[in-house]
Amino acid sequence: MGLFIAQILTGLANASALFMVASGLSLIFGVTRIVNFAHGSFYMLGAYVGYSFMQILPGAFGFWASILLAGLVVGIIGIIVEILVLRPVYKAPELFQLVATFGVILVIQDLTLLVWGADDFLGPRAPGLKGIIRIMGEPVPKYDLALIALTPFVAFALWWLITKTRTGILVRAATQDREMVGALGVNQAWLFTGVFFLGCALAGLGGAVQLPKGGADLLMDFNILSAIFVVVVIGGMGSLPGAYVAAVLISVLNVFGVNYLPQSTLALMFVVMVVVLIFRPFGLFGREEVAGEHGQVGEPERPIKPAGQSARMIVMFGLFLMALLPIVGDSFILVLITDIAIFCLFAASLHFLLGLGGLVSFGHAAYFGGGAYAAALLVTYAGTPMELALILAPLAAGLTAIIFGWVCLRLTGVYFAMLTLAFAQLLWSLVFQWGDFTGGDDGLVDIWPSDWASGTTTFYYLSMVLCVGGIILLRHTAHSPFGYALRAARDSQRQAESTGIHTKHVQLVAFGFAGAMAGIAGGLFVFSKGSIFPNELEIARSFDALIVVFLGGVKTLAGGVVGGAALEGAKDYITRFEYWRLLLGLLIIFVVIVAPDGIAGTLRKWAEKIGFMKREDQA
Amino acid sequence: MKRKIFLKSLVGAIAIAAVGLPALAQETIKIGEINHYKRLAAFAGPYKLGIEMAIEEVNAAGGVLGKPLEFIFRDDQGKPGEAVKIAEELMTREGAVMLTGTILSNVGLAISSLAAEKKYVYLASEPLADAITWSKGNDYTFRLRSSTYMQAAMLAEQAAQTDAIRYATIAPNYAYGKDAVAAFKKALTKLKPEVEFVAEQWPALFKIDAGAEAQAIERAKPDAIYNVTFGGDLAKFVREGGTRGLFEGRNVYGLLSGEPEYMDPLGDEAPEGWVVTGYPWSEITEGPGKVFVDGYMAKYDDHPRIGSLVGYMTVQSVVAVLEKAGSTDSEAIRAAFADLPVSTPVGDITYRAIDHQSTMGAFVGTIALKDGKGTLVDWSYKNGGDYTLPDEEVMKLRGSGN
Repeated sequence: MGLFIAQILTGLANASALFMVASGLSLIFGVTRIVNFAHGSFYMLGAYVGYSFMQILPGAFGFWASILLAGLVVGIIGIIVEILVLRPVYKAPELFQLVATFGVILVIQDLTLLVWGADDFLGPRAPGLKGIIRIMGEPVPKYDLALIALTPFVAFALWWLITKTRTGILVRAATQDREMVGALGVNQAWLFTGVFFLGCALAGLGGAVQLPKGGADLLMDFNILSAIFVVVVIGGMGSLPGAYVAAVLISVLNVFGVNYLPQSTLALMFVVMVVVLIFRPFGLFGREEVAGEHGQVGEPERPIKPAGQSARMIVMFGLFLMALLPIVGDSFILVLITDIAIFCLFAASLHFLLGLGGLVSFGHAAYFGGGAYAAALLVTYAGTPMELALILAPLAAGLTAIIFGWVCLRLTGVYFAMLTLAFAQLLWSLVFQWGDFTGGDDGLVDIWPSDWASGTTTFYYLSMVLCVGGIILLRHTAHSPFGYALRAARDSQRQAESTGIHTKHVQLVAFGFAGAMAGIAGGLFVFSKGSIFPNELEIARSFDALIVVFLGGVKTLAGGVVGGAALEGAKDYITRFEYWRLLLGLLIIFVVIVAPDGIAGTLRKWAEKIGFMKREDQA
Repeated sequence: MKRKIFLKSLVGAIAIAAVGLPALAQETIKIGEINHYKRLAAFAGPYKLGIEMAIEEVNAAGGVLGKPLEFIFRDDQGKPGEAVKIAEELMTREGAVMLTGTILSNVGLAISSLAAEKKYVYLASEPLADAITWSKGNDYTFRLRSSTYMQAAMLAEQAAQTDAIRYATIAPNYAYGKDAVAAFKKALTKLKPEVEFVAEQWPALFKIDAGAEAQAIERAKPDAIYNVTFGGDLAKFVREGGTRGLFEGRNVYGLLSGEPEYMDPLGDEAPEGWVVTGYPWSEITEGPGKVFVDGYMAKYDDHPRIGSLVGYMTVQSVVAVLEKAGSTDSEAIRAAFADLPVSTPVGDITYRAIDHQSTMGAFVGTIALKDGKGTLVDWSYKNGGDYTLPDEEVMKLRGSGN
């Protein structure tokens, strides 16, 4: 019994920082609709800033003052980020802002390294709370008890702010319907800035308050990211009580998982999320998303059409150049272009789902990595030749996509996105944990192309045929009746249904098709690298594709390819510099601000302006 | 207006960040060094400093094969796929004669596989996985640092001398952690068949829930604990375990826990009494080890980490192999690695012909506090060659890999 209570207390103490960070994320999303990937970075900053204050300010007073100051400082950094980076892109297509926040992550990572150095800091212990108290014979750290007592106060203060003050009324109103609040004369810009301040301050507070239980290091930002998203989604986006309940639920379950099922540490959180979302599609305390979801924000989307004469000529010329490349270029340029082409196909397949289907998948790496693993496993265990493996990889990936899609498509919006992420993460943990079969994180190695294709040049041509072919197929599908049905389902599910389109069916097929295309990319990837590791299934991989699609332009057909080529090319060059993350982050932010329609979309607008492309192109 | 100013300063910032890539146009011997300089900055940083120090010394003494030695440092973002691409570029475009580097085992394995396919020589300097020289070993891959098995076997030897029977293990839930626990179990059971393992904890790497892990281990009431966690996980485990009295009256064995990279951040909370592998740089008072420490401290005004030592020894190994080969041809370098002797700050090491593993060992000692910092006492340097598997087992492991 004593142990049981001690375990519950450990879970409750762990929930404390998690709740603070997650509630900040939830608030920001609720009001501004920004999926703030950089939230983990503010948490990390909170830890570093708090640590620095604790070095200067003495005693118990200094300790608690440091935590508050950390919250304040991080909140102010949040304001700066909001004003400089996010304000210019609020009008961009929905979710576009997450690209900007991704740039912010990179910038904060390198700046933190510059300011505080590479060494980890062990957090100072809380003065006066260093020891333990025995509860029924079990040791419980005093600081844990302090955290358990503190969290309800933070939660209560937030609740009071949101329900009892005028600011809170405005925040809630904006959560319900942003435009209406604006129409009623509320200065939205400052409301958003205020909420961003509060959200970031909470993240900073969370980072500082966990110091006595851990410390500050440079990997904190990504390490907490998935956990806080899970908490926010389980609780219901925008719901504070939900965030608290979910943080406690996840933390307590985790403690029992560690005790009774030690291997569960990788997957438990995501299993819980899947279970919750299947029974409660909008989280425990969430409501169905309504505001601004019918149609899209920003300017109305143009109907897509096949490429015009001049565009076709340019593409043909480009392909011609690529075919000649092995004659003029050195062998590394072929390796590089192969890499980029594979990534472009991967990005294009996500763009198909996202742009045409309106299905925001956060877990697209599952199909890329799934295809790659299918090919690698076939080669390793069945001695399958490359040709057959490349055919089976998309089939396996497509099948995986259909299974995942079948479950995920019950949900919509951010919940849908998070469920796809959860499934991708479950696949990742399966591959990671099942070392005997998949090699775990030591991966599968020595998977090289068949002899005839093993030369750099031959493999280059093979990849070009498959990647360019796949991209053209995706484009073609967009113009087929199936593509029309898919877009109809995106734009108005009700109207599409009433014209006789089985929208769920169409979306499911699209899911499988996009998954299969990602699987081709994955299969090629394995043979180009000779090995595969679980990191190709990671969240970071999914985000890579996501960023690229938005950066290229969701609302243009070429977005995925253009974004993929631009970012991969830029990365190859930029990573040669010492502070490449800073550079890449600034570059992404720069592109986001000058090209809110994505690279392809903005280029098209410029081309139209100078008269290079006609506004009403002939079909 | 404001936006324009901001955009302008953004462009400025990008331009400033882009400055500072020196281009050398001199005829040099180039080595392609791939590492996770950003992803694992705390470990790759000192490693790079160690390399730079050694290069300076080598070039001051006239270089190698009559030419200056140059390392091309490239960041792979910690991604195996990226590392493979960079390796191709270094070998085919930059004119590197061989590859070195990596800390993460999976990246090391990816480069190793490429090396075998394309016939590039690869010296895996820091990755620890046994697979690199055993089950996935190949003709073109060599490893400097003592393997997981070697270090675990050293600790098992210490553990076998005590009365402890009931062991609990805690290791990060990934390949290195699993290897390290399996190796410890194997080596300890061989020495002392009656031991039992009563709890195995597997926290997710860098996401440890230390309080819960401490409770779980306490519940199993072990006589001794074998720890493989490191970095931030180790700090949290030490603090939560210490606060809850988990380590009182128990023997604790910590793999790598005594390395400055991991012990320094613990400050005066370094867990006294743990038997660990590490690097007691401040306690080395004579010989080439002392020369290295003094030279490093004079140059950088900071003490060396284990990474610094490995970086330094990487360059020494490269120089030795190039001189023995007498050329920069891949096949010549590969052949020269067989039983290659290298004089290093830890003494003479040899690259074993049988499995391409160097005999670099590790320092084993007990953590004690000195001037508010952790250090090792009763330490000794153990030769890695004495803690490997018997030759026939090694042959069997390598046989399946090729």
